[in-house]
Amino acid sequence: MKTRGIEILVGLFLVAGILSLVMLAFQVSGLANIVGRNGYTITADFDNIGGLRIRAPVSVSGVRIGEVTEIQLNPTTFKAKVTMSIAPNQNAIPSDSTASIFTEGLLGSNYISLSPGFSDTNLKNGDKIQTTHSALILENLIGQLMYKLGPNSSSSDAAEKPK
Amino acid sequence: MIESIAQLGRWGLNILSSLGRATVFLLRTLIRPPRFTKSFPFLIKEMYNVGVLSLPIIIVSGLFIGMVLGLQGFHTLDKFSATQQLGQLIALSVVRELGPVVTALLFAGRAGSALTAEIGLMKATEQLASMEMIGVDPLWRIISPRFWAGFFSTPLLTLIFSAVAIYGGYLVGVSWLGVDGGSFWSNMQAGVNFHEDVLNGLIKCVVFGGVVTWIAVFQGYDCIPTAEGISRATTKCVVYGSLAVLGLDFVLTTMMLGGW
Repeated sequence: MKTRGIEILVGLFLVAGILSLVMLAFQVSGLANIVGRNGYTITADFDNIGGLRIRAPVSVSGVRIGEVTEIQLNPTTFKAKVTMSIAPNQNAIPSDSTASIFTEGLLGSNYISLSPGFSDTNLKNGDKIQTTHSALILENLIGQLMYKLGPNSSSSDAAEKPK
Repeated sequence: MIESIAQLGRWGLNILSSLGRATVFLLRTLIRPPRFTKSFPFLIKEMYNVGVLSLPIIIVSGLFIGMVLGLQGFHTLDKFSATQQLGQLIALSVVRELGPVVTALLFAGRAGSALTAEIGLMKATEQLASMEMIGVDPLWRIISPRFWAGFFSTPLLTLIFSAVAIYGGYLVGVSWLGVDGGSFWSNMQAGVNFHEDVLNGLIKCVVFGGVVTWIAVFQGYDCIPTAEGISRATTKCVVYGSLAVLGLDFVLTTMMLGGW
């Protein structure tokens, strides 16, 4: 009887350990939210991705629909090629949509926002988004601001307008 | 002059020979024909001694460490008005560092010292020798189940510790200090990666469990069979075990962050 009690306690111990692993996997690391496995992928070329990282969210109107899976440098055009994985149920994104890199809050992390276009055809697996807006680099902005506020700014600011 | 150099040499030789003995001992414990049906009951009994009986201290320390993290993290993050990131802070610190390390340290103190003292006393009372006399291999009967029990228990204890600590942080952060529960969990899920954080933490605690249990059973098996020898072996087990855990933690973290 005593051995049986020990066996039951050890079994409960194993179950508690496995339950904790499940809790860590789903509740803590959000394993179920990953769409990368069965979603479809689209790419976009950016002039400058700023601090964009792999696994950064991809959203439409602020709703998360996918994540960045790969970032590469195109060796000929020197643009950053960003591969995104989009959830399979979000399959009605117009093919002339625009991809922009924004920052969450003033100093938060970067994410990609897709602004839907008006085309009747939708983005498919492997498609490339043509229109992109680069990340806003804070240092460049400050540099431009300093340049404009400088003493001789009135004569030469026309050539240095931000894009 | 010559004497002090000789002493240094003796010291080095002693360290090397005890490392060698420990390795041979580990290999002799691991490499042997498995006899699952026979060893399984011993393994269950040792899992109970080593794992289940360590649960109270693990759960209580996990709860309090999570609660303290929640309290400290809240007051630090409050200065930057970033208290909604509390979940991420707690989860990352617990899953990556505190869970494996604190569990291994507690395990070395709670279960490792008990293993060393038990095996050391068996050696002092010549139970190990008499086992060999009647043809039972003490490495198979005594050491192997204890080693495997420690090896399997540590990851389970770490997982339980991490889960309890995160709920402890939730208790303080959300229920007491008023962080929004939804952003607590969703920021945590956005910030914690299963492969990079949870699995790396699991690799750490598997390594720690193996090393701590190895040190514990070896110190017991290798001790001088006197009362003083057992007391010294128990001290060594806890000291070497803790140092090995902290040192290996640095090495493993460097490897994981540097992507070796």
